Amino acid sequence: MSAREPVKDWAADFDHRDPAWNENPFPIWDELRGRCPVAHSERFQDGAYFPSRYAEVREIAYDSEHFSSRRVIVRETKTPISSSPPITSDPPEHTPARKLLLPAFAPHAIARLEPRARALCRELLNAIGDAKTCDAAVDYAQHIPVRLIAHMLGVPEQDGDLFRRWIHLVLEVGISDESVIMPALQEMAAYFGAEIKKRGTHRGDDLISFLLDAKMEGRPLSDAHLQGTLRLLLIAGIDTTWSGIGASLWHLATHPEDRRRLVAEPALMPTAIEEFLRAYAPVTMAREVVKETAVGGCPFKEGGQVLLSFPAANRDPAMFADADKVLIDRAENRHSAFGLGRHRCIGSNLARLEMTVAIEEWLARFPEFRLADGAKVKWSEGTVRGPRRLPFTLS
Amino acid sequence: MSASKVLRVRVESERCQGHNRCCSLAPELFEADELGNALVKGDGTVSPALEAKARLALANCPEHAIRLSQE
Repeated sequence: MSAREPVKDWAADFDHRDPAWNENPFPIWDELRGRCPVAHSERFQDGAYFPSRYAEVREIAYDSEHFSSRRVIVRETKTPISSSPPITSDPPEHTPARKLLLPAFAPHAIARLEPRARALCRELLNAIGDAKTCDAAVDYAQHIPVRLIAHMLGVPEQDGDLFRRWIHLVLEVGISDESVIMPALQEMAAYFGAEIKKRGTHRGDDLISFLLDAKMEGRPLSDAHLQGTLRLLLIAGIDTTWSGIGASLWHLATHPEDRRRLVAEPALMPTAIEEFLRAYAPVTMAREVVKETAVGGCPFKEGGQVLLSFPAANRDPAMFADADKVLIDRAENRHSAFGLGRHRCIGSNLARLEMTVAIEEWLARFPEFRLADGAKVKWSEGTVRGPRRLPFTLS
Repeated sequence: MSASKVLRVRVESERCQGHNRCCSLAPELFEADELGNALVKGDGTVSPALEAKARLALANCPEHAIRLSQE
């Protein structure tokens, strides 16, 4: 499918679409941390940088003067910027756009969704029933965040296939083929346009209605802001959490000692979830260099794209003892799976709820499971890493 | 004034980004405001029984926003 040259030199020619990176990026990052803490690649327009250590990732995340969030995906071509506030916003526009959304995702607001999350996990588990095999990514993980965010937005849960298609086009295919992005964005705009029209003057108790009536600095949101934010709310919470749930289940399927221990000691769930978030952090962000600078002794040229890998930072042995080991009782875990600084994932409370409930309900129903014999696990490509095919044997 | 020092916890609000780790780990000491950012409950005095939880919250804050001091 791809005519891209396989990567031979990760320091000077990295590519986050390479099959080796998708399958198992950890040895690549370990190697780079040792010999070239900021890797480079000319495979992406105007050059791309990849810092692999925690210190540089953190420094860049905090530095909005030199590193803009206007591009949050490293792509082969720098496509026209499409704004999705607040994720693509820099100061000073960022703060009001973020504050508008924060209350809806604050801990107390998200805690109210727990019964719904449990019920939908149980529905999915009931559908698997007493089958001896299933695909835990396709039959279970992928549906959970879709249904919960659809519930929050007030759109039909049954439209999940549509949402996942847009996400696949924008976040995966669009990294190499920019022609798919605009049609996907247009379809999303038409979809949300219809939802907005439905609400007319009669609002519901949902996020679309909330945003329609919201005021930012005294004024209603512009149509572009509204559409951009809705796009963000739909895209950002689906394949990310689906990946987090899937990677956690993959770990438990391939590490029976951890699976048995978590079943026997459910009080370990909070540290286990944080450790899965650290070790298998799904989300890699991006920045664009807007002012030449140096970080970690390495120059960053204006216009360059930065692959800002919180997953790599989370594996840095200078920051985490036994960084390469997954320890489900790790008590001190200052991981950065949800980012660092002003762009901390606004959905982090929701993601934690979904992951916790999904794993608890799964283990309650299927305490014994493993990868099916000869199973080929398929990992996603690019910006969000997680298993997309996860064939399990259940017993 | 008593001569014995008390342990006090503080959140540097300009650093806090609302990761909510402290509120989960030590709900006796921290709570979230309506935006989800952390606040210290009461005057931040940490009883000996809660000292371990306070240290755990500090060690898990991704933004290094929690401070503990003997006053």
